[in-house]
Amino acid sequence: MHALTRIAALFLAVAMLALSGCASTPRNPDDPLERYNRAMFSFNDGVDRALVRPAAQVYETVTPRLVRTGVGNFFGNIADVWIGLNNMLQGKVGDGMSDWMRFMVNSTFGIFGLFDVASEMGLPKNDEDFGQTLAVWGVGEGPYVVLPLLGPRTLRDAAALPVDMKGDPVASLDHGQTRAAFAVLRVVHGRAKLLPLDATLEDALDKYAFVRDSYLQRRRFLVHDGNPPLEYEDFNGEYEDDNGHSSLLPVRTMSDAVAEMAIDSLELVTLVEADAVQSGFAIR
Amino acid sequence: MKFLVSMAVALLVCLAPAAGLADELGPDQLVRKLSEDVIEILRKDEALRNGDTTAAVRLIEEAVLPHFNLRRMTMLAVGRDWREATPEQQKRLIDAFYGMLVRTYSNALTQYRDQTIEMRPLRISPDETTVRVQTAIRQSGAQPVGVDYMMERTADGWKVFDIVVAGVSLVTNYRGTFTQEIRAGGIDGLIRSLESRGHDSTISSQS
Repeated sequence: MHALTRIAALFLAVAMLALSGCASTPRNPDDPLERYNRAMFSFNDGVDRALVRPAAQVYETVTPRLVRTGVGNFFGNIADVWIGLNNMLQGKVGDGMSDWMRFMVNSTFGIFGLFDVASEMGLPKNDEDFGQTLAVWGVGEGPYVVLPLLGPRTLRDAAALPVDMKGDPVASLDHGQTRAAFAVLRVVHGRAKLLPLDATLEDALDKYAFVRDSYLQRRRFLVHDGNPPLEYEDFNGEYEDDNGHSSLLPVRTMSDAVAEMAIDSLELVTLVEADAVQSGFAIR
Repeated sequence: MKFLVSMAVALLVCLAPAAGLADELGPDQLVRKLSEDVIEILRKDEALRNGDTTAAVRLIEEAVLPHFNLRRMTMLAVGRDWREATPEQQKRLIDAFYGMLVRTYSNALTQYRDQTIEMRPLRISPDETTVRVQTAIRQSGAQPVGVDYMMERTADGWKVFDIVVAGVSLVTNYRGTFTQEIRAGGIDGLIRSLESRGHDSTISSQS
């Protein structure tokens, strides 16, 4: 509850800053909050340079690879329950069952999740969260926002954060110090995994825009479970066929994606109803 | 033993013609060959793994980038404004983009540890001109990362025109920044920042 109040305060702050950002003249139509976002990005970047990155570098130097693998697997494992629930909420029952199977297998045979036995067994790890569930339910992504400390989000994913916090086993730990220790370890571990990307980022023409564009592409990719509508436009006329159409890939168009979402949400409605009847399980 | 030897000889005979006709390689075979060649060199070359970017740059320029359609990549990265660029500007953009790709890649290669590349099966009909070759990079104890190569058939064999890493398209990812640079300083402004960027990073990588 305490955490939720803080999140609410954070949102208020973000919203106020966002509004002040709107008053300025935005340069990029895809990023209306750019002014605020850039300021928050450089604040976060400062925190990263001063604290998080050095900690991640130390962590990577002092821990053997085997330990880091175990840490990654452990946090991956406790996340699988929430991932599975989100797959269920998105109507992907098979994937949801697979995620829960993973949790059971890894928590037992994988010794508290330190080993990812399930992947070896052919149960691949999925990446889902409530933001993606909202996307499947038809909620648009909204503008790009950079949250204090938490970094890039779409407005939709930012709104989903309190729900994701509810589903996070670390955030719901009762003992304050244990909770903090786990949270810090998770952040440092996550940052260490990204260390190899630093050189590329520093080389980018505009670090802020590079991160923003990568984040948005990655999110859309995740929302579409690895099949985002990709399109390669032709800016030259070189790739046009006789009908004047570009020789684009026969990949899915936006309307395919929308149609699929509609079907998915229909499945979801049936699923939720069936569930409610069977077990009295209700979504609050 | 005899059986093994004859097997080996048979294999060599089968492989020899394929190796001679590099241009005839299918898109997935080309990606496989490129990745295997690069990994082979990375395994042997300790200097490269320890962050020697000059070795990485040579590897990329000689072995990898000849199989890329740089003109199309640059066009996709620049986007709509490509049409407004004069042929001279387009040429300079391609050169500057080439330089940037070399730097990005050489940075990435020096990070190589012990990953392996897994090819996903590719179904392709003979008249296909554009394909997506899907691979996954595996590292022990980490989730595999999808790396897809978008390839097109040209008179000169199959060429890569985009790489999609974990869902992030390399060329379209540059578009946001490039468009922003063009809004601020025109196409020449973008060329200037790309070229100066290359200059900066050569200095910083030497120091």
